[in-house]
Order: sequence, then C-alpha cells, then structure tokens
Amino acid sequence: MSGAAPAVLTRGLSKKFGAFTAVDHLDLSIEKGQVVGFIGPNGAGKSTTIRMLCGLLRPTEGTAMVAGLDVGREPEAVREHIGYMSQKFSLYGDLTVRENLRFFGGIYRVPRRDIEERTRAAVSMAGLEGREGVLVRTLAGGWKQRLALGCAILHRPPILFLDEPTSGVEPEARRRFWDLIHELAGGGVTILVSTHYMEEAEYCNRIALIDRGKLIAMGAPGELRSQRLGGQLVEVECAPLGAALQALAAAPGVIEAAIFGDKLHVVLGEAGLGPAELPGFLATRGIQAGQVRSVAPSLEDVFVHLVSGAQDERIAA
Amino acid sequence: MKARRLLAMAYKEMLQVWRDPRSLAVALLMPLMQMVLLGYGVSLDIKRVPLCVFDQENSQQSRAVVERFVSSGWFEIRRTLGREAGIRDAMDRGECIAAAVIPADFSRQLAATGSAPLQAVFDATDVNTTNIALGYAQGVIAQANADIAARWTAAHGVRPSLVGQVDLEPSTWFNETLDSRNFIIPGVVAVILALVGAQLTSLTVSREWERGTMEQLISTPVTALEVMVGKLMPYFAIGLLDAAFCLVAAIYWFGVPFRGSVLALFTTTALFLVVVLGMGYVISVRVRSQLGASQVALLVTMLPTTLLSGYTFPIDQMPAPIRAITLAVYSRYYVTVLRAIFLKGSGLADLWLPLLGLAFYAAVIVVIAARAFRKRLD
Repeated sequence: MSGAAPAVLTRGLSKKFGAFTAVDHLDLSIEKGQVVGFIGPNGAGKSTTIRMLCGLLRPTEGTAMVAGLDVGREPEAVREHIGYMSQKFSLYGDLTVRENLRFFGGIYRVPRRDIEERTRAAVSMAGLEGREGVLVRTLAGGWKQRLALGCAILHRPPILFLDEPTSGVEPEARRRFWDLIHELAGGGVTILVSTHYMEEAEYCNRIALIDRGKLIAMGAPGELRSQRLGGQLVEVECAPLGAALQALAAAPGVIEAAIFGDKLHVVLGEAGLGPAELPGFLATRGIQAGQVRSVAPSLEDVFVHLVSGAQDERIAA
Repeated sequence: MKARRLLAMAYKEMLQVWRDPRSLAVALLMPLMQMVLLGYGVSLDIKRVPLCVFDQENSQQSRAVVERFVSSGWFEIRRTLGREAGIRDAMDRGECIAAAVIPADFSRQLAATGSAPLQAVFDATDVNTTNIALGYAQGVIAQANADIAARWTAAHGVRPSLVGQVDLEPSTWFNETLDSRNFIIPGVVAVILALVGAQLTSLTVSREWERGTMEQLISTPVTALEVMVGKLMPYFAIGLLDAAFCLVAAIYWFGVPFRGSVLALFTTTALFLVVVLGMGYVISVRVRSQLGASQVALLVTMLPTTLLSGYTFPIDQMPAPIRAITLAVYSRYYVTVLRAIFLKGSGLADLWLPLLGLAFYAAVIVVIAARAFRKRLD
C-alpha cells in the first residue's frame, strides 16, 4: 500500500437486484484517516455500497479498491484490513461479552500476547467492566453497539465500515458512540459511517450524500452548507403548511421550499420575491404567515436541495 | 486453514450447542430415547403368543405336549376349548392367534408308529406374526420330537425314521427369532447416528443466518473451509460420544454379542459420521431457516435409513429396482458393516466393499459441503 493511495476507491460501482438498481455507478474516494459520513434516506444504497466494499455482495458492475486491494479479487485479504459493523446487531446473543470478544479475537488471529489486553480495552471501551460474563442478548442497545464496535476493531484494522451503528440507540448512547469514532479517527483509522441522522453528519470530516444509488455530493459539512444551496435561506412560520408549500413552490424567485418541523424553509434566488414580500404573497393566497427570518442552512437543507435538484434533472431528462 | 480460527469456531459452536436446549436435547436425549424406543419397540420377537387348546384326548401325553407350549415361554394358554367351533369364536374375539388341536387318538398313534399328528391353526391376518408363531410352534414340536425320539431310541434301540426330518428345519427359525434383537440393534445405532448427526449440523449454519450473526462472520477473514471444519469438529465429537453410548448400550444393556474389533467399529463409525454431519451441513447452508433445515435433514436421514438400509427390511427381499436404489443409501453400508462387526466378528479387511462404499460417499459429501458455503449475502 503506498502512502498516497486512498483507503477506499470505487469506480462505476453498481449493484442491481433484478430490475431495481440499488447502487448506480458510484465513484467514491476516501482519503486515509478521514471520517466520512455516508448520508441518504432509507433505501438510498448506503448498506449495499458498504456490503460491496466488504466483499459481502458482488458488484453487478464496476470495481472497488479497499486498502489498495481489489475487493473482487482478494476479498479475504481486504477483510484482514477492515472492521465491519452491520446495520443489524450481529454478535452472538447466546455468548457472553468475553466469549464474543475471544471468538472474534481468534477468528482475526489477534496475537496471543495481545488478546488479553485488547479484550480488556474493548470491554472498557464499551463500558462493560464487571459484566464480562453476561450473555450479550441481555445487554441494552447502546452497550451492544459499543461491544460490536469493540469486536470489529480487535484486529486493529486501518479501515472501518459502520453501517448505521447508532440507529435505534438512545441519544446519550449515540453521543458516546461518536466520541469513540473520533478517538479511533484520532488514531489514524479511516472510517466510513452511514447514518440517517442529519445532525450526526456534522461530526464527520467529509460527507458523501447518496440518493437512489447515486453520489449527489461530497465534501466537508461547511463546504456543502455554504456552496450548495444557491440562494438565501429563510424560515417562514405559516399555516396551513401544505397549502403554503404548494403556493411557494410555484412562486417567482423561489428556488426551493420544504417543510422543516412546523415551519417552512424557503430558498430565495436573486430575482423575484424578497424575504419581506413573502407574508404578503402568502396572504393573497389565504395563508397566514408570521415571522420570516434568515437562517444558516443545515445539512438537511442542503440535502433536500440536492435531492430535489437531482429529481428535476431526472424529470427534465 | 488456520488452527487458531478452527479452534475459535469449534469452541464457539460448542458453547452454542451447550446453551441451546433444542440442540442439547438432540445431542443427548434423542439417542437415549431412540435407543429405548427402537431397541425395545422394534423387535421381530413375539413373546407369549395367545394360544387356545382343543385337546380331544386329554391324556397324560397330550397334556405333556400342551405343557411344552407353555414352558417354552413363547405361548400363553388363554382358553381350553371343548369343541372345534370354539377356535373360530376365540379368534374372532381376538382371544388367541393360534390354536393347538390334539386328536383323540394322539397317544395311541404315537405309541404305535412313533409319530402323531398335531394340528396348529393360526389367525393369519398378520402374516409376519403368524410366521413367527408358526416358527415357535415348530420349535416346540421339534423339541418334543427330539425327546420322544430319544425315549424311543432308548426303548427300541433304533432311531425312528421320521423324527430326523422334523427337528432340522425349525432350528433355523429358532435362531432367527431368538436373535432378532441382535440383528436389529446394530441397525438402530445407524438410525440414531444418522438422525442425530444430520439434525445437529442442520442447525449450525441456518442458525447464523436466522439470528443475523452470519453477516458479521463473513465480514471476517475466516475462510469457507475453516467455517465448515471448525463447525463440524464439535459435532463430530458429539457424534462419537453418541455412538459410544449407543454401542455400549447395545452390548451391555441389550446384550448384543460383540465379536469384532473396536478399531473397525471406530473407523466405520467415523466415516459414517462424516457422511451424515456433512449432509446436515449442506442442508443447513442451502435452507436458511433452522426449522426448514431440520425437517429436510429428518427426511433425508430417517426415510432411507429406516426403509432402505436393510435395518428392518432385508435388502435381499426387495424388488430389483429398489435393491438398486439401496446402493445409493449411505446407511446401508454402515448397517452391513455394523452387523458384520457385531455378529460375525469381521475385521476391516473383510469389509472392504461396504467400507469403500462408505468412504466414497464421505468423499463426495465432503467435496459438496466444501463448495456449498459461499461467504456472500447474494
């Protein structure tokens, strides 16, 4: 492995399940040592991509290089260099914490002189000291996830694939999990982590936005926020939301409008309606509008914008 | 293959069996239950055939003959009849399946000619039972003949011409009926091992699919071959343990004579285990649910082993096409070998043909099993 080669590199990576295209000519490049957030709605192709990178699914087309190795040709060699956490919890529930760690330690052939220390480290990382002899199926979600991470890094892999590791875990446990991810990244581990929690994306060095199997944007969170929207973002309090959304979508100068909680987020272009004219515009259509204020775009705004842009392109094509 | 991974795999599998009540029951309880059920239940011996007696003479000698039926232990007198029509009634009511009719001039004929007729009537609804009861009756009469002949010889100084013919044939009957358990029990061992072996391994891969642990496992560098060998190791040990239990029970509990070598027994049992464990494993890989896999395993082990291995139904008596099919039934080789080792005391050299069959089968299964498992989700 040369120093400059990316940790993960895919070219035209595609996966079809029958007529359904889950991943569509994905070109992804991840530099070493980065934490890359893989963001997209359910069914966007995140899991399928990660599974192909681990050699669990065979790509229909394209290639994937992980740790400088071709996944299709040398899957076992690739697996020596990666740790993987699947979306569904997949440790052995009928084995204890220690037995699970020992099993994966054996499978990964962790040097015998290191096994004791690494097991201890994993137990302490998961916060399971004193509960080494407990059956894993009796643990609560957060502990399970941290233990699964502990098992996945027993062999100290330089690359980690985490598929929605925090889904279904309570917020406090999610935060602790991200602390662990940053600790690992601090140690030089490259991490590709998928999530559908937008706020988690902010914790990443880079974000890869994926929708319907296609990579629609990739960059640092700040970069994406500032460059991608194409206009000024305002938040509008109004009711009813549905009618307002319809009215604004067709209004001059509105690049985009989307429901955001109990308010609307509207992107306004240079020409057309200004922020101050919005309440009036809505009032003529029988919609009550309250405060309009300028807000800093969140990643969710960017994502909505990019996804709808991709949709428009599809419609135009 | 790396020893470290094999051991990790085998140890994990052992723990899972130990903590899974269903697997544990299959591994430990099933052999015990089957041994009792099949060992006692499936027997060609019929003890205490219900018998009616119509003794028209009622002399000391006729009573002595009747007494022989009772003291043989195979017959039990249910009723002594006063008229011939009573036989039909008793059989209709299911009181007896055999009746002995002794003519009025029984002892006179015997004294005059050294031979006398005794009519035996059987309810032949169940042909098998009738045959066996007939065998018993012939045995009783043969013994009686022998005694009478001995007395005749003592009294007259010459052997009566008729007697010799009668007491030869029943002795083959004798042996078979007496030894039917000895004949069946080795087959029972084969049935149990086939059943238990395939059942256990049928759960091993399907369990991982069902519980979602497979995805983590195949993301590791463990190879498909390591998964197979590592998983099968503990089941092989369990299989040998079960085999030892069954064989010890066969010899010491059921009293089946063991005349062969332990080495031959161990070698063939190990080969047979490879076949059934491998089959269960292949099924487990293909059928991804535990329930489905265990049912398929039951089907492919139980049916051919009970019906076509020659364990109860002799292969020689099957129609030619069926006989040809039995050549493909792996358990027939093991049943053949087990019987030969137990009863004839054959060694490995005598058994090369069925051993070859078994070894061939084992090799084929191992190759199929090694190719069956792919470390992929699609």
